[in-house]
Amino acid sequence: MTFWKLFARNRGAVVGLIILLLITFMAATASLFFPEDPFSLAGQPMSPPGENGYLLGSDSLGRDVAAGIAHGAKTSLLIGLLATLVAVFVGIVMGALAGYYGGVIDNLLMRTTEMFQTIPSFIFAILLVAIMKPSIESIVIAIAVVSWPAVARLVRGEFLSLRNREFVQACHTLGMADIRIMLGEILPNCLSPVIVIGSLMVATAILIESGLAFLGLGDPNSMSWGFQIGAGRTLLRSAWWVCTFPGIAILLTVLAINLVGEGINDALNPRLRERT
Amino acid sequence: MSHFTRRLRYVGKRLLQAIPIVLAIIILNFFLLQLAEGDAVDVLAGEAGSATPEYMAELRAKFGLDKPLPVQLAIYLKNVMVLDLGYSFRHDMPVSQLIVDRLMPTVLLMVSTITLAVGFGIVLGLVAAMGLNTWRDTAISIFALITYATPLFWVGLMLIVVFSLNLGWFPTSGMENFAMFYEGWDRVWDIARHLVLPTITLSLFYLALYTRLMRASMLEQSGQDYVTTARAKGVTENRIMFVHVLRNALLPVVTMAGVQVGALIGGSVIVESVFAWPGLGMLAFEALFARDLNLLLGIFLLSALLVVAVNLVVDIVYSTLDPRIEVG
Repeated sequence: MTFWKLFARNRGAVVGLIILLLITFMAATASLFFPEDPFSLAGQPMSPPGENGYLLGSDSLGRDVAAGIAHGAKTSLLIGLLATLVAVFVGIVMGALAGYYGGVIDNLLMRTTEMFQTIPSFIFAILLVAIMKPSIESIVIAIAVVSWPAVARLVRGEFLSLRNREFVQACHTLGMADIRIMLGEILPNCLSPVIVIGSLMVATAILIESGLAFLGLGDPNSMSWGFQIGAGRTLLRSAWWVCTFPGIAILLTVLAINLVGEGINDALNPRLRERT
Repeated sequence: MSHFTRRLRYVGKRLLQAIPIVLAIIILNFFLLQLAEGDAVDVLAGEAGSATPEYMAELRAKFGLDKPLPVQLAIYLKNVMVLDLGYSFRHDMPVSQLIVDRLMPTVLLMVSTITLAVGFGIVLGLVAAMGLNTWRDTAISIFALITYATPLFWVGLMLIVVFSLNLGWFPTSGMENFAMFYEGWDRVWDIARHLVLPTITLSLFYLALYTRLMRASMLEQSGQDYVTTARAKGVTENRIMFVHVLRNALLPVVTMAGVQVGALIGGSVIVESVFAWPGLGMLAFEALFARDLNLLLGIFLLSALLVVAVNLVVDIVYSTLDPRIEVG
């Protein structure tokens, strides 16, 4: 069966994909529907949803909540994707080297990942962003730093089990260079678990980003959902909508990505699916 | 060798294994401190308003900040060993003192959270596994899926809107009502009422985690040979579930409870700052706002050490619970 047919068998994954496409569309068209800067103080402050021309209301400074959500989608998706790409890249490089060569590199990597499993990763991310000063780059780096060890462990395990298989030994006999064996022969065989873990990591990255922004560690120049909720929390009593809608946006996005991730998992490992 | 000395040896071995990790964490902390812009003297000078370069150089010499990096690292290591984590100029107090003052509320919150999450997680996982593919199983799976995707701080704020502002059942923030001067059981009751919402918020995510784990663990165990044997002996299904399978299925859940402590501390930063719960997380949030890096690093170091300690205890408890684990 093709990948799509297997993926579509999981109805939740299809729903997730549709939600995700809608959110991506919203992010892509944010500047079209809300051409003004989402930070701009557009008008009547504290308007309830549906009044004064605000679909989802406005906050204490008269900023449009709906515009913030649309522009925030860009930030969340961008940071989630970038951080995951960096983490997956670093994880693959480290895991491949450790799993393929073993020995000292492997030992070093395992100790490092052990340490990363011990330190509270969210506080570590807070520290990194606080030290580097909040910006898109520093947030991406911080999230990538706390996320790569999981990928590295996974890739290392795969490389470890594949490096002595016959097809790899055949490559050695043919005189292939190590780098070519790693990239061209072993890596393609362990890509599917990496893709699955990567898709789930995007969701985690978005959650971490929203937490950082909520604590005031977001990029000051780009609107984000966590920032909106953090700014609206003092208004809980008088304007519940400022906090509520961005939270729903985070929930839907993360849920959609998790569903898609599970769908990809089912499609790439059909045997696992049939067992349960 | 008696069983007792073997166990003692195992504990000793695990303690030795923890040392390199602790050292690595301290060294990481030191380099993070180096990465930060400016040192303690810059902060001091900033606080004082003005300082001559000579005076600053003198201060640097006094704190050992003019020495080469390895020497500074040695000084730092020595300081950490005697629990001297530096000075918080914002609070005008030693960092270690501040942390000790705020430790108890966090421990209280974490203990109640773990109890709630593990307890309900086990029950929900059990219910889901027993009614496999029924509506109960589906409902629990959907619940787990949604809590997995919800940001903690948002759940906290929504709970405040519903249960504090609209229904008025629980207080919105803080740990106790100081204005009432409660004593004895009244005070305990007051703190318990303040504890409800933060605990629920923090435990939701872990509840989903333990539910999934418990369900998977129950399903895995019910396929084991000993279940077939019990069934062949004519043991009732209920007895198989509750006496045979449940016990074995609990083990991975216990281990996971230890592994998650690090993440729990991270979550408590968020939850404590939402509910103004006066623990370490709130302290970290305040430090963040005041740009008090020394304090933030101290909290980071201590929470990392806490995780190492908890993992150690869980390992030892686990090896006692499960005699199959090789201690020798």
